[in-house]
Amino acid sequence: MTLPSSFRTGLRRSLLAAAVGTAVSGMTFSSAAVAQERELLNSSYDIARELFAAINPEFQAWWEEEHGEEIAISQSHGGSSAQARAIMQGLRADVVTFNQVTDVQVLADAGLVAEDWQDAFENNASPYYSTTAFLVRKGNPKGIESWDDLVKEDVQMVFPNPKTSGNGRYTYLAAWGFAENEFDGDEEQIQDFMRTFLRNVAVFDTGGRGATTSFIERGIGDVLISFESEVNNIRSEYGSDDYEVVVPPVSILAEFPVAVVGENAERNGNSDLAQSYLEYLYSEDAQRQLAGFNYRVHNETVVAEFADQFPDTELFEVEDVFGSWEEAMENHFEGGALLDQLQRR
Amino acid sequence: MSQLAFWRSGSTRVLPGFGLSMGISVLFISLVLLLPITGLFGQLANLSLAEYFAIITEGRVVASYMVTIGAAAVAALVNAVFGLLLAWVLVRYEFPGKRLLDALMDLPFALPTAVAGITLATLYAGNGWVGNIIEPMGFQVAYTWVGIALAMAFTSIPFVVRTVQPVLEDLPAEVDEAAMSLGATDGVAFRRVIMPHLWPALVTGTGLAFVRSLGEFGAIIFIAGNMPYETEITALMIFVKLQEYDYAGASAIASVVLFVSLALLLAINIWQGRFVRRLHGGKG
Repeated sequence: MTLPSSFRTGLRRSLLAAAVGTAVSGMTFSSAAVAQERELLNSSYDIARELFAAINPEFQAWWEEEHGEEIAISQSHGGSSAQARAIMQGLRADVVTFNQVTDVQVLADAGLVAEDWQDAFENNASPYYSTTAFLVRKGNPKGIESWDDLVKEDVQMVFPNPKTSGNGRYTYLAAWGFAENEFDGDEEQIQDFMRTFLRNVAVFDTGGRGATTSFIERGIGDVLISFESEVNNIRSEYGSDDYEVVVPPVSILAEFPVAVVGENAERNGNSDLAQSYLEYLYSEDAQRQLAGFNYRVHNETVVAEFADQFPDTELFEVEDVFGSWEEAMENHFEGGALLDQLQRR
Repeated sequence: MSQLAFWRSGSTRVLPGFGLSMGISVLFISLVLLLPITGLFGQLANLSLAEYFAIITEGRVVASYMVTIGAAAVAALVNAVFGLLLAWVLVRYEFPGKRLLDALMDLPFALPTAVAGITLATLYAGNGWVGNIIEPMGFQVAYTWVGIALAMAFTSIPFVVRTVQPVLEDLPAEVDEAAMSLGATDGVAFRRVIMPHLWPALVTGTGLAFVRSLGEFGAIIFIAGNMPYETEITALMIFVKLQEYDYAGASAIASVVLFVSLALLLAINIWQGRFVRRLHGGKG
């Protein structure tokens, strides 16, 4: 029996996923599909549920006004690596809105997304961005203001495992970037700093929401490290009396890349819709909504409106410190690379 | 004579439908069991032998075997003792709520394992109902390997109860009464009369519980803490490899779990065959 090799790989992958991955997939579907309408599927990261639940109706209204067509938008949420895997295995998402540049790149490498996807939309195809910030308990009893406060002996941190979570990778890279600057690039001192940093982690959850649960519900640790948007959302959800947000003076720029999954959008007859949907995220209305969810945005009017909400912070890019995402992954996160070495006993 | 003729005509089996039922069984097993396993080994074909061994003997992965096997062994043994006790209570005694307890035994199978894990973590964390009592006493369960064993014990207890229960039901109370009337003490009757009948089922149940625990992910991950070298389970190592799009690496580690499980199940089967033959007086 001869099968096209892409089919075979796909098959093998899905079989493997079925064999070892049934319990680990945390994906959910929500759909407002009505028959006959065109339906756009947006595959997104885990913690973007509420965000797109707010933006989608606005886009639908806007599209209907412009084109007189009613459309449906479905959302799929999960860890963005798992989402990328699902698309490679055949999930027919029209667009991706991820929190990991690398996960879009994987799709580009597989030929599902255009190679020059980062030039397809403004700002590296990242309509909004965030940074890594801290959530501390009321009154900030351990006096945590910046990254070097985290390596003190009596501080316990909670952030997701960099091995399984993009959120955790940003935290690791942000700490590394801080240390690189602090120790003027002295490799030995940076690694010592990172070793202590990693040792102060109380629990490694597999994803951002798990870490939140450990910190809030289980009362573990002195500080939760996550995206600035996420820690602000947590604080407004769980009460501003019990927690405080600390944005460190230096931190990392976290991009939230978007892309059209060309092949799928074409097959679904949604190319125009997909393009328009992602462009809409740059519109003033959408940017205002994004800022409302505590994401930093580019639109100048909106930036001015929300100026109080986002403290001035020196943000460095992954490319500044680590060369490229590819190099950061290779040198730090792959099996046997720096992260493994730092955690080795 | 006519019966003999029937025996000889065509099939050697009395029961009709062998071809069809066997055919469907083979198809079903192939689709749901053999095909996924073949897929798993298909991934392994991408690795050289040296790469394969490098992956499965990497320090952190080996540490995860220790954690997983150790906790699974503890969970299986605890389940062997308490599962036997539960089966005994359910079969031999009448009490109000017996049917409810019986039905409750299957709950770990019915409950999504992630729900079980989150519930256990909620109870046993420092600020949970159980945790805030035992942690001041110096016992930490959540985020240690004890928590891992607890989650494993929870998800695998039905295996022991459900394998021992029917055997115990087939063993009438008259058997131990007869032993007593012949002068056996309680202990002797239990050891020499009852246990020999239960061993095969108990060992099978315990073995299944152990193997089930080796592969458990959902229930454990929320209570494990997942600290490298200390509370990382093998299923997490597989998850990490998948996260890195390293399908071959994930398959390599999964194959180790698969081999250990298969070897254990096979060993139990062989031992059981011999044991039963010896029990019934045949040559072992």
